[in-house]
Amino acid sequence: MATYETTNPRTDASAMAAAAATKRRPSGGRPPWMEKPPLWMTALKSITLAFIVLIMLLPFVHVFAVSLSSYEDVLAGGLVLFPSNPTMAAYEAIFRGGIVVRALQVSVGLTLFGTLAQMIFTTTMAWGLSRPGVPGSKTMLFIVLGALLIAPGIIPMYLLIKELGLLDTYQALILPGLISSFNLVIVRQFFMNLPQDLIDSARIDGASEWHLFWHIALPLSKAVLAVVALFYAVGIWNSFFNAILYLHDPTKWPIQLVLRQYVLQGTDIANAADLPSNVPQPPARTLQMAIVVVATVPILIVYPFLQKYFTKGVLTGAIKG
Amino acid sequence: MDTASGVQTSPPGQASTPHVKTRKTSVWKRMWANRAVYLFILPGLLWYVVFHYLPILGNVIAFKDYSIFIGILDSPWVGLENFRDIVTDPAFEIALRNTLIIEGLQLIFAFPAPLALALLLNSLINERVKRGVQSVVYLPHFLSWVIVIAVWQQLFGGTGFLNQLLLNQGFDRVSIMNNPDTFKFLVVLQSVWKEAGWGTIIFLAALTKIDVQLYEAAAMDGAGGFRRLINITLPGIRSIVVLLLILRLGSMLTVGFEQYFLQRGAVGANAAEVLDTFVYFRGIVNGDWSFAAAVGLVRAIAGAFLIYVANWTAKRFFDEGIF
Repeated sequence: MATYETTNPRTDASAMAAAAATKRRPSGGRPPWMEKPPLWMTALKSITLAFIVLIMLLPFVHVFAVSLSSYEDVLAGGLVLFPSNPTMAAYEAIFRGGIVVRALQVSVGLTLFGTLAQMIFTTTMAWGLSRPGVPGSKTMLFIVLGALLIAPGIIPMYLLIKELGLLDTYQALILPGLISSFNLVIVRQFFMNLPQDLIDSARIDGASEWHLFWHIALPLSKAVLAVVALFYAVGIWNSFFNAILYLHDPTKWPIQLVLRQYVLQGTDIANAADLPSNVPQPPARTLQMAIVVVATVPILIVYPFLQKYFTKGVLTGAIKG
Repeated sequence: MDTASGVQTSPPGQASTPHVKTRKTSVWKRMWANRAVYLFILPGLLWYVVFHYLPILGNVIAFKDYSIFIGILDSPWVGLENFRDIVTDPAFEIALRNTLIIEGLQLIFAFPAPLALALLLNSLINERVKRGVQSVVYLPHFLSWVIVIAVWQQLFGGTGFLNQLLLNQGFDRVSIMNNPDTFKFLVVLQSVWKEAGWGTIIFLAALTKIDVQLYEAAAMDGAGGFRRLINITLPGIRSIVVLLLILRLGSMLTVGFEQYFLQRGAVGANAAEVLDTFVYFRGIVNGDWSFAAAVGLVRAIAGAFLIYVANWTAKRFFDEGIF
């Protein structure tokens, strides 16, 4: 989400939706007034659902299986779902060092530091804008929301980064997407819905603004902050546009650019990955699929958390139907 | 939705806060009393100014003959010359046409897909099945385009699974991933695969807001499942559909960058160039800065205009809009 593409209203609308998608029917089971559907209908529905689930899942199973395949399996081709002679050779090869390991380090580092920076800037500003009775607050909020409507454009952004001397630096991948107005509005709304009595009484007891923020607002908002942080982190991990725009030096590439170079463009990975020449190489196809898998796994790891939160509707407070 | 209402509503409990007293005092005193709050806002505000509004001003180079060696301020003004060049540029015409065709196809195929899927999911009685399907179909949304296209390449590419299978069975290869003629359908299919599941969320949320009693009453009156769908479900989600349609039309000139950029090499610029990639290659790769900025600016203004028109139309005909 930290990319140029975030300003696309489509993304925002769907993220907004994430929040709302939550209230379920009070209980499962068929309500008494609903007639039992005919058998053919049930069958048709089941087949459609099974088909949908399969076309979503099988490609990933296949990619994973190919990444574990031996040379013979790859030559045989076909829809490999279970490698007959599974081998970790491709993973051993790419983790032995070289460009993939470096790219993973870059991506992990960027994701950790980037998300931290994004959270600091987003939460502090959201807190400031959530405080009642501050002159100019509305104008400043307008500046935030205006950013959702007008995007600066590729060329001026590039020139700005260039003028700031940030080309070929990692800051160039973080700074342009430091705050997502959408996330900021969610956090602000959540802060505003916190029990104001609690904040006021702490205020009267002489608590500083920082104390209110750090010891009251943040601990009460853990769930919403977790969601926002996860969305930011996924955005940085996936970010491609900023990297292709601002990083010209291949040694600094994050994993998504390495993926493009060696998987989509088919550049021979064997040379770049510092693979030793005295041992037989795993086939290029399994190496490529192994890179796809290592780039996907972090998303799969956080996915259950993401899903748990957006289905629990922590963000519902931000949405007014 | 939330953004608009967020501005207007005052925070809850404001009336009972101690700030009511300070409201009567002068603005300066209130500002001084809240000086710590400004410190919280300041870093973010600076970021917005430098990384959002400053580059918007940078669009002035669209009216100049910008040279990277002279700088923005000293480059000579050329008036509307860059904008006149847009009209006669054949490559721009191709990019614009591709963008509009792809967006049209998306509107026909990719827009209704999540709605259909949401209706299907909503009709499921078994919560566990429903939740299971949901977690599967949401997943690709969180993957990058690079990964998605790598997976598609492995399945449908020249040496991918499908072609291997065809060759083994004695058939000819089919060209899917690098066929310029079908590329526009391919990208729509990819979009549906990646985003249809995620798109259901907003419809599902709207569907759960429909009063169950309406269904019950209709069923009592003898309306069958299909009648209830037509007369209750669809009207119940009409406003969200209109809203999404407005957003969609407003971003008609922004089909995205990565999906097209990544596949442009395989099918060629004639099939895959869209406005975003056009601006990138013209400006950043070829160094035609001012011309590319002019294209970007025209697109942004046209986009704002489209949102306005779509919203006006929706208000006129459906009595609902977002502004």
